[in-house]
Amino acid sequence: MKLLTHNMLMSPGTKNGYPLAIEVEKMETVEAEFNGEFTARMVEKLDYAALLSTLRSLSVETGLPAAVPAEYAGDEVFLKALHHALMEIEILEGYLVCPETQKKFPIREGIPSML
Amino acid sequence: MATKVRTRPEESGPADIFYNETEANKYLHSSRMIEVQTSMAERAVEMLCLPEDTPCLLLDVGCGTGLSGEVLEEEGHAWMGCDISRDMLGVAQQREVEGELIHSDMGTGLPFRQGAFDGAISISAIQWLCYSNDEGNPRLRLHRFFQSLYRVLRRGARAVLQFYPQNAEQLQLITASAMRAGFGGGLVIDFPHSTKAKKYFLVLLAGPPDAGFSMPTALGESDAMSVGGASSAASGLGGGAADAGASSSVRNDGRKRHARRAMGSREKSRHGKIAKKSREWIALKKEAARRHGKEVTHDSKYSGRKRSKVSF
Ligand SMILES: C[S@@+](CC[C@H](N)C(=O)[O-])C[C@H]1O[C@@H](n2cnc3c(N)ncnc32)[C@H](O)[C@@H]1O
Repeated sequence: MKLLTHNMLMSPGTKNGYPLAIEVEKMETVEAEFNGEFTARMVEKLDYAALLSTLRSLSVETGLPAAVPAEYAGDEVFLKALHHALMEIEILEGYLVCPETQKKFPIREGIPSML
Repeated sequence: MATKVRTRPEESGPADIFYNETEANKYLHSSRMIEVQTSMAERAVEMLCLPEDTPCLLLDVGCGTGLSGEVLEEEGHAWMGCDISRDMLGVAQQREVEGELIHSDMGTGLPFRQGAFDGAISISAIQWLCYSNDEGNPRLRLHRFFQSLYRVLRRGARAVLQFYPQNAEQLQLITASAMRAGFGGGLVIDFPHSTKAKKYFLVLLAGPPDAGFSMPTALGESDAMSVGGASSAASGLGGGAADAGASSSVRNDGRKRHARRAMGSREKSRHGKIAKKSREWIALKKEAARRHGKEVTHDSKYSGRKRSKVSF
């Protein structure tokens, strides 16, 4: 599970089941091809604050600024850092925890189970 | 002589039991199955009417082994897929699809934030909601599904859902549930008079009625039909099965890029010399698009490259 996916996921059937906390057991960094246009498009969709707090909880240093720069679409440095955060960090094993119900959703072999 | 009655898989029990390892492996090896699922997904993407040359984030509901999702990849989009069968998702992983996989039951609501997706497809999956499981009866499950689908789509986004209704009642149940969730749109029935080729697609629009929205034209030449459409969404969806029988107006989509491909060219690409989806095939497609004065994504990123697990 990539952090882009995590940023979109929420606890099913809840109003405030977002963002899900990550209890990580195994994660890895992978390489993914950079697509600036796609990354810029994701900015409108993202909950940026949730992404930053998730990165902090994972103790991952990405160099992302505290807020999205005004001219982000042309800001290659920012987009590359964001790409790395969203697409190159994989959570392989662990749990997602719903902030509303405390329900735990296991992640096994990279696939979160939201049942 | 009594003819052998084949039970529908949906009647045999819950989907997560039916789609076990044996079933999942069929999606690895049966070229017939692969071709059928792929061509329905291609048709669904066509009817999504996505903005040209813009990489989108799409959802594949009941993604299974990723056959439908791969069509989204080939069009240059990123996707997330959810499925109730862990075995099907396991095979998707084995096939190294680019999509992100999520194990979930659409009948309890899709587990995503509001407005996350620019579009959604579902191929041969939602009829499963017409059967009860431990999580509720069909009405409830359909309602949770459509309500959550509406929520996770960006306003103005479409969902195209191909499904196999067992009877008119199910068709009615499904379309009525979609309408109640607030969707506009209607039903497109390709090849309505062919038992084998007949396909039902629910084409849905999330958000306020859009004057520019028109129902796609059904395939199957003169006998094809589309029901509903434009902002008269309620009548389009509400009519359900009853309307489907009546021949209703078939409108052109208006967006040129998505003009219906001639069946001829479809067949050609499938049986011609160039393997479909090969680098050459994609290059040819792009070349054709360029000739028509369209901007086409450059050949590096998405051009039939060998997929690696790391790329999305
Ligand atoms: C016929 S397969 C199609 C898979 C894929 N869309 C394709 O075109 O190859 C139907 C899929 O729907 C999934 N499915 C059935 N009920 C489901 C549910 N309640 N939630 C999520 N997926 C479901 C099944 O597990 C199965 O993988």
